[in-house]
Amino acid sequence: MDWMKIVTALALVMFIVYLFPRARYMLKNSPKGSSSDWMSFIVPIVVIVLFIMLLVQLV
Amino acid sequence: MDQNFSTIARKTHAGSAIEINKVLRNTYMLLALTLLFSGLTAAISMAMNMPPMTYLISVIGGMVIAMFVLPRFANSTAGIGIVFLVTGLLGFGLGPILTMYASLPNGSNVIMLSLGGTGVIFMGLSAYALATRKDFSFLGGFLMVGFLLVLLASLANIFLAIPAMSLMISAVVIMLMSGFILHDTSRIIHGGETNYILATIGLYMTIFNIFISLLQILGVLGGDD
Repeated sequence: MDWMKIVTALALVMFIVYLFPRARYMLKNSPKGSSSDWMSFIVPIVVIVLFIMLLVQLV
Repeated sequence: MDQNFSTIARKTHAGSAIEINKVLRNTYMLLALTLLFSGLTAAISMAMNMPPMTYLISVIGGMVIAMFVLPRFANSTAGIGIVFLVTGLLGFGLGPILTMYASLPNGSNVIMLSLGGTGVIFMGLSAYALATRKDFSFLGGFLMVGFLLVLLASLANIFLAIPAMSLMISAVVIMLMSGFILHDTSRIIHGGETNYILATIGLYMTIFNIFISLLQILGVLGGDD
């Protein structure tokens, strides 16, 4: 249905416009992470990727 | 004098720790109740055999209420009712999606694995953030920009309709939402979020997005044989 695509696109544009100033503010004001900080984020993300691969095998 | 100062400092610290634990406990309690309520509205929507456009209308309605109405009532008890309205709407919107998956061969397996997988991801990441007590505030800008890029890619894919891109977007959404779970939980632990209504809606959205994305990934990639 084409109108559904248009409504979805409009909703996404509205959401992007709403979030853009927040994203810019957070990008400017978020503290910078050290390499160990980033590792503490990357490790659980890798575990999640492996977990999803396991789920795909289980289907 | 020093002893008095140290006693006051200790009491203040203990007081803030109690306050943080209260926010955390209230957040998880409200989150559990809203998830149950969403499950109930999803079941009602499935029983009513709602058309696919219900998802779109419910998600847009839920997002508009969450973005523009909820912040005005976040400090009053009316905020709790609005959280249930938003999560109930989002759950109701899930009904047609779940009906569609349930009608596929192996569909119920996909739904159960997505549900279980979402639970494991959320509980695992929450436990990780709570156990390490690490400050993940440095992720804020990265996650927001990543989310904006995902929204732009989703917008492009509405017209391009590339299945591989849709799958890639779902995978990135799961990673970003996982980051948001760490970020939001650490914000509560470190006193950055003191309003349990706003904390609940933030965590609920991450769970909702992980579930939808996992459903899509498992629905497409699972059962290739």
